[in-house]
Amino acid sequence: MTATGLSALWSHWRRNPLQLFTLVAGLALATALWSGVQAVNAEARASYDAAAATLGEGQYDQLLPAVGSDIAQETFIALRRAGWLVGPVVEGQIGPAGTQVRLVGIDPLTAPGGLGPVGGGSMDLPQFLSEQPVFANAATAAKLEGLIDAPLVIEPTIAPDTAITDIFVAQRLLGAQGRLNRLILAPEQPVGRPALENIAPDLTRRAAQGGSDVGRLTDSFHLNLTAFGLLSFAVGIFIVHGAIGLAFEQRRAMVRTLRALGMPLRRLIVLMASELLVLALIGGVLGVSLGYIVAATLLPDVAATLKGLYGAQVSGALQLRPAWWLSGLAISVLGTAIAATGALISVARMPLLASAQPRAWATYRARVRQIQMAVSVALLATALILVLVGEGLVMGFGLLACLLIGAALALPLVLDGMLWLASVRARSVVAQWFWADTRQQLPGLSLALMALLLAMAANVGVSTMVSSFRLTFTGFLDQRLASEIYVSAQSVQQARALEAFAAPLTSEVLPLLSVEATLAGLPAELYGARIGATYRDNWGLLAAAPNVWDSVAAGDALLVNEQLARRAGLWVGDDLRIGPQTVLPIAGVFGDYGNPIGQAIVSEPLFSTLHPQVTALRFGLRTDDAEALRNALTDDFGLPAGNITDQAQIKAFSLAVFERTFTVTAALNVLTLSVAGFAIFMSLLTLAGMRLPQLAPAWALGMTRRRLGQLELMRAVVLAVLTTACALPLGLALAWVLLAVVNVEAFGWRLPMYVFPRDYAVLGLFALAAALLAAAWPARRLARTPPADLLKVFANER
Amino acid sequence: MSVKSLFLCVFLLAAAPLIAAAQGFGGLGTEAEGFAVPTPAPEFNFPADHGAHPDYRIEWWYLTANMTGPDGTPYGLQWTLFRSALSPFATAGWDSPQIWLGHAAVTTATEHYTAERFARDGIGQAGVTPAPFEAWIDDWHMRGPNFDTLNLRASGAQFAYDVDLRAQGPLIFHGDRGYSVKSEQGQASYYYSQAFFALDGTLSLPDGEIPVTGTAWLDREWSSQPLASDQTGWDWFSLSFDGGRKLMGFRLRQADGSYFTSGTWIAPDGQTTALPNGSFTAEPLETTQINEHAVPTRWQVRVPEYDVDVTVSAMNPGAWMDLSVPYWEGPVTVSGSDSGIGYLEMTGYD
Repeated sequence: MTATGLSALWSHWRRNPLQLFTLVAGLALATALWSGVQAVNAEARASYDAAAATLGEGQYDQLLPAVGSDIAQETFIALRRAGWLVGPVVEGQIGPAGTQVRLVGIDPLTAPGGLGPVGGGSMDLPQFLSEQPVFANAATAAKLEGLIDAPLVIEPTIAPDTAITDIFVAQRLLGAQGRLNRLILAPEQPVGRPALENIAPDLTRRAAQGGSDVGRLTDSFHLNLTAFGLLSFAVGIFIVHGAIGLAFEQRRAMVRTLRALGMPLRRLIVLMASELLVLALIGGVLGVSLGYIVAATLLPDVAATLKGLYGAQVSGALQLRPAWWLSGLAISVLGTAIAATGALISVARMPLLASAQPRAWATYRARVRQIQMAVSVALLATALILVLVGEGLVMGFGLLACLLIGAALALPLVLDGMLWLASVRARSVVAQWFWADTRQQLPGLSLALMALLLAMAANVGVSTMVSSFRLTFTGFLDQRLASEIYVSAQSVQQARALEAFAAPLTSEVLPLLSVEATLAGLPAELYGARIGATYRDNWGLLAAAPNVWDSVAAGDALLVNEQLARRAGLWVGDDLRIGPQTVLPIAGVFGDYGNPIGQAIVSEPLFSTLHPQVTALRFGLRTDDAEALRNALTDDFGLPAGNITDQAQIKAFSLAVFERTFTVTAALNVLTLSVAGFAIFMSLLTLAGMRLPQLAPAWALGMTRRRLGQLELMRAVVLAVLTTACALPLGLALAWVLLAVVNVEAFGWRLPMYVFPRDYAVLGLFALAAALLAAAWPARRLARTPPADLLKVFANER
Repeated sequence: MSVKSLFLCVFLLAAAPLIAAAQGFGGLGTEAEGFAVPTPAPEFNFPADHGAHPDYRIEWWYLTANMTGPDGTPYGLQWTLFRSALSPFATAGWDSPQIWLGHAAVTTATEHYTAERFARDGIGQAGVTPAPFEAWIDDWHMRGPNFDTLNLRASGAQFAYDVDLRAQGPLIFHGDRGYSVKSEQGQASYYYSQAFFALDGTLSLPDGEIPVTGTAWLDREWSSQPLASDQTGWDWFSLSFDGGRKLMGFRLRQADGSYFTSGTWIAPDGQTTALPNGSFTAEPLETTQINEHAVPTRWQVRVPEYDVDVTVSAMNPGAWMDLSVPYWEGPVTVSGSDSGIGYLEMTGYD
């Protein structure tokens, strides 16, 4: 009997290959969307982790110079001899601009926890010390080939554009003999050490957590991608749900026949479930493959984005990570299971003889809808409560989930209400029938419409978020990388000479002065700024007092970054103590995206009074002719090329790369919308078959098939328009949660939200087009239904 | 003493000591290309020879002490500085081909605290100067105006100690005037000791500071090819009997199950007699399982020539040095024909 049952079930697909295709394609698309986003995320994260582990960053506390970037080797020895277990690191860039490699030198004997490849088994210590190799991945090694006179060893786990070697070799290659850049603190320190201030007062300790600016900023980017992944998952689940619903809807008659022929219900359900499992696995495998292609296409751009923006290195190559392809398969199977449970229960509960009647189905559906409404109200209420009283990142995501699911579940009722309003106002008979019939059709379409709602909302939300991110970031780059050229001097004398040399050649010379400080009880940096046209023209402030720049320049006020302001609960007008005798009012708050710690800016003269020992070794130079200035600095002044950074080039590159990310986002948008369009198409196809009994009387009363087809198309457009109208506020709410709640909870800074009506209009048109395309074929089919089929409705058992 | 130390230094040069151990200790001590090799009938030149000998492959300054607190509670401590050469010379700077390794421990009847330090040569992080004498790595040091008057310090995550040492007798030269043979094939090292230190100072343990007094034994040894290829481990004893007599003896375990033994009998006035292979014997009586290591912690030690037949028992059988190179090292008590105290170290049980 099992074999017969299976063959009967299979015969349905054989007779309707298109339906089989839609089911598998629906599953595959949903899985692809999910696994594509996951793959990009997982790959980028894995690369970060490798980079962080390679360099021991984030893992351990570090000691850094409070001023400048160098630590004398004697300081390292003094610390060791006082009992401080620290491992030295020297690092610097080598190679021509554009293809520079970060060379990191470590001492394997004092590095805590076996940093890098040494001790990891690829080479033993005597070999490492005597052969003095430089470790790098294959791509980096190729860049270094011929550039350095040390043996290169390929080590794939090392972060891109990074090379690791012994400290002796690194100091030699970087020309940094006797100098170190940072000291890594071993996690376990001996008892009875003297305080750090007594041994090395010039060093400050940076805690392991929150150490890396790059990590914080890229985390933000990844959080956004993760949110996108979750949204795509929600959309995907609706698609899968729709596809399963379709498969059951279309086979109700067969189920009835099989049961009437004596197939036990239990066995029938087991058979249908196994069939679904096989289909889910097939759809899942196809989806994961598709996701891989999507990810492989997107990843180089994402990698380049992160590199260009944050200096973080992400390998552009994609690896088939078990984590994401397994999760892709799991999504497909789980989604199918969730979706099928409801459908199978329906089959099980349906009276034997009633199961072929669409009306019975619809009645059952109506009960489900009441439950949906109750859940929706509860979820939206929870979302409201979370906004008002919730705290923490988990709350942020909980809020996101409540909002989205609640809104999706509420959609059918909202649409029903709108349609009821329309039907009340309808005058003509046809119009009244049109609205009433649309309402009657709503339950069957609601899943597809929910998918459209979520896809639209996700697109509105994500594009708002990403575009806001871009605007903010472009502004931030303009502000922070305002100077055309940055130079660094090696000594105080050279710095003075450099400043004097550069002054007549530039419009402004901006010294970079900073000290680590504790402000409002929080770790922070105090900057001294030469307030001039650059600051006045380029720095946008989140909040400012009148004449902010004048009062800061006069030393009467200061600026703080958003992080400090939010964490310390300060804002414009509040006072901040920056020295034993110095308390100044805050005149402005500036956005400081990606910086983990607080920052305050005072005028250069005031800074020099507070910290006379600090002299600027780095300068930003403003000029109209960067090339000429650069040549003058190297040829006439004799500054090594390595001490000059052409920031304009970096900025242009960063922005160009960022633009590519938006292409990525746009591609993902198109994908989600097509998935939603596909859901609508499938639902309409399903409804078309079972709606004949309702359409036949209208035809019999004189309405032409052509007119009926037109009305079908119009119905799809009306529903799409209404859904889009609901999606816009939901999408904006989503964006708001991402920017103003999730980001603040995760990183302590809020991204300003910008609204892009034109983008939304285009998105709305896309959604409309998707709905039209989806409805076109079913409508056309209806318009061409043979009159005989319509007549059969009256001839059959009804 | 301490073939153990030889093992340590050789192992230090292998990033994966377990792999080296699995392969046995064979082959480790048989090559000395470019390095100086100990020769019989040495003439030491002090204080210079208290300092480092970079042209030899391995060298150590190795101190163990038996102490008691004010209430008579016994304690043990260890302070060791190893030097290991990649090439037979030293220079200033990071590229000096010498590596330093420090081990320190404090043992009580129930606890065993250990610490380990590594350092490059040539940058001042570790080293040895003969006069005034100082051997140091990081904040650990053994230093004083001369080799007879020293201050000793070390610290770990859970303990620290700071003790003063004053020599109460002469230097002891093992083997033939300091030329100590380690195998029948003739592998040897230079080996002398200061076995007569009186000690007082302070231990800092998690429960607080403890003033201690006691005795200490300092070994100096260097070589380039100290082991035969078939030697698999080492049991070393330094025992001080009531009445002032002392015994140093070691047993090298060989792959075929036989042993090579050697020792020095020390009279209370410092007069020494070398004990040739077979004169000193040590038989395990009881083993202790420490994680996956089965280590003998009670021994029967005999020197028939001096009517010595004693049981040597570990004060704390758990004195396992769980460091990059693992071994057992701890204080012991002696009973039987003589009673006394001492130190035991055992390698090759990992």
